[in-house]
Parts: sequence; structure tokens; C-alpha cells
Amino acid sequence: MTGALIAREVRRGLAGAAWLPAIFFLLIASMVPFAVGPDARLLARIGGGILWIAVLTAALLPIERLVEPDRADGVLDQLAIAGISEEAIGAAKIIGHWLTFGPLMLLAALPGSFLLGLEGQALVAPLLAVAIGTPALAALAVAVAALTAGLPRAGALGGLLLMPLAVPLLIFGAAAAGGDGEGALKLEAAIALLILAGAPFVTGAAIRAART
Amino acid sequence: MLRAEGVALVRGGRLLFERLDFQLHAGGALHVTGPNGSGKSSLIRLAGGLLRASAGRVERSAKAALADEHLALDRERTLGAALAFWNGGKTPGEAMEAMGIGQLADVPVRLLSTGQARKARLARVIATEATLWLLDEPLNGLDADGADRLAQAITDHLAAGGAVLAASHQPLGGGWQRLELGQ
Repeated sequence: MTGALIAREVRRGLAGAAWLPAIFFLLIASMVPFAVGPDARLLARIGGGILWIAVLTAALLPIERLVEPDRADGVLDQLAIAGISEEAIGAAKIIGHWLTFGPLMLLAALPGSFLLGLEGQALVAPLLAVAIGTPALAALAVAVAALTAGLPRAGALGGLLLMPLAVPLLIFGAAAAGGDGEGALKLEAAIALLILAGAPFVTGAAIRAART
Repeated sequence: MLRAEGVALVRGGRLLFERLDFQLHAGGALHVTGPNGSGKSSLIRLAGGLLRASAGRVERSAKAALADEHLALDRERTLGAALAFWNGGKTPGEAMEAMGIGQLADVPVRLLSTGQARKARLARVIATEATLWLLDEPLNGLDADGADRLAQAITDHLAAGGAVLAASHQPLGGGWQRLELGQ
């Protein structure tokens, strides 16, 4: 059943607007040269950080469609009655969401990096940092979506909630993307694992709490 | 397969019911009645494990399926595919025939009429092959044919050793035990 749930998340993600965060990400990346000027050296220096800000804001877009529709339509109740734990639902949603978010984001990060003047060897570190960061961002998005499900203005609230939680990821992710080397990448991976391990439990507890 | 002992439920600071005892065995059917707001739906959700009793115990030893006001079928899929999600991937032809919506298998769920959706949520319960059916106002929005089909489905289910807990204002017919809330 968990496999079917993951497949369902992927199908709904692709049928919905899975490409929207990727487009949004590219849009932000292409705005930066207009804002700070086309100085290639400056862009290459701040490129890693900008890339991360773009990924982070793009991760906010899907929050509203991740949990609330299933809560409102009784799908979460039905899954619980079918004997699936809320934590398993959370884990399946995280995996399913990442599958439609992570690879597309990575794909968009490639042209995004070019727009920010990152080329050749300078491209490897940012892409690696984004690749490690996307599972954690997907997990945060699902957890925040569960926490805000059923609340008015959940979309805006979700953004306010996710951004601060993603700060540690942003610090090490941007450092790794900026070429601070292996240490930053390892710390980013550690933070990402911590978020990934905790998010299904936060999601599960939030789904249960929303029921009463 | 379902047993409640001394159950009380408080919701939003209001006591809905207390010291409620009932048992449901294989082949048993219990009809919960009572005015609006007396806690019928909450009792159904309690039996499904979606709410916790404020006092007392609810024990369930069988797989349950719930039909409440939510459809819980993916709008963008065809009815057959949406029902199959709750049936381990098999298209539940028999369940759809039982509710008289077999010809709608290829119609997207979002295009179903209100009444057809009502039948679809009951077909979903039948499709799960659960032993205990939890039905919240199952007759709402059903036409005469739908009501007859539901009665037949319940009769078959009870004969096969299942059990039904239903909350409804309307009489359900047949040999139901009665449980009145809000006295």
C-alpha cells in the first residue's frame, strides 16, 4: 500500500504543477543578473548563494497541494482506517514529492548555474549541494504542509514556517555551493539526514493532531 | 468485532455522550439514531479509530471501512481506477455493480453527479472487503434504486459474516439493533 501511495503522489505531482517550482527557480536565477548587473566575476562569487535562495523559494510553491487536498477529501482518514500509520503516510508523501521535485530542480539548476556565470569545474559543487539539499527540502515541505493543513492562508503561513527551519540547510548548502569544499558538503548532508529522519514523525503527528 | 465499554466523548468542551456500552458481533447491525449534534458521526469516527474516547474503551478486532461525507476518490482519475486504489490495485467490478454504477467505470470521478458520487463512496466501502462497515448517513443523496441496492448489499454483507455500524436519521429497515444518542 505504501508503494501505491508513493506512486499516487508522483502521479498527482506530475498531473499537477510539478514543473512550476523548476520554472520559478529559473525565473529567479535569471532575475539576479538584471538586479546586480552582468559582472561575471561578481555573479560567479555570489552564484552559489543565489542558487540556494532560488531553490528555497521554489520549494515553497508546492506546499499547499501536498497534504491539504487529501485531508479535506478524507483520504487521510481512509488511509488511517486501512491501517496505515500516519508516519508511513508522511514518509510516502516525502518520497513521492521528492521524485517530482528533486530531479526537476536539478535539471533546472544546470541552466540556472549558467545564468549565474558558474561554468566548468565551478559547476560541480553547486549542483552537488542542490542534489543533497532537495530531499531535505521535500521533507520540510511535506512536514510544513501537514502542520498547516486546514488552516486559513496556509500557503503564506507555510512559507513563514519553512524558511526559518531551512536556515541550517541554507548555511551549509550555500557554503558548499560557494566552493567551501568537502566540510560544508558533509555538514549539509548531516543536516539533510536529520531533517529527513525527523520529518515523517512531525508529519504523522501533525496529521493526527489535525483530526481532533 | 467491535466493543465499546463505558465510552464518553467530549468535543469542543461539550459532552456528547457518556457511559455508552455496545457490542457488535459477526452478522450484527447497529443503527445509531439521535438529533443533530448528538454525536452520531463522532461515534462512527470513534469506532474507526479516528477519534480517541475521553473515557472508556473502544476495541475493534476487524478491518473496517468508512463511508462519511467525504468521497476520498481521486477526482482526476476514472471511477474504476480511483476505486482500485482502495482495493489493492484491482478494479472492483462487483462493488460497482452492487451499487449500480458499473457502467461509470471509465468516467472521471470529477464528472460524477452528486448522487453517483454518493453511490461511489458506498462502492468504495464494499470494495475494501472490510468486515466492519462504518456508514455515516448512508442514505443521504441516494435515489430509491440506490437505497434498495444498499439494503441488499448490507444484507449480503451480514449474511457473509460482516457487521455494520450505521448512523442515520432515516429508517434503514431490516433487523437492526438500535442505539439512541442524545436522550
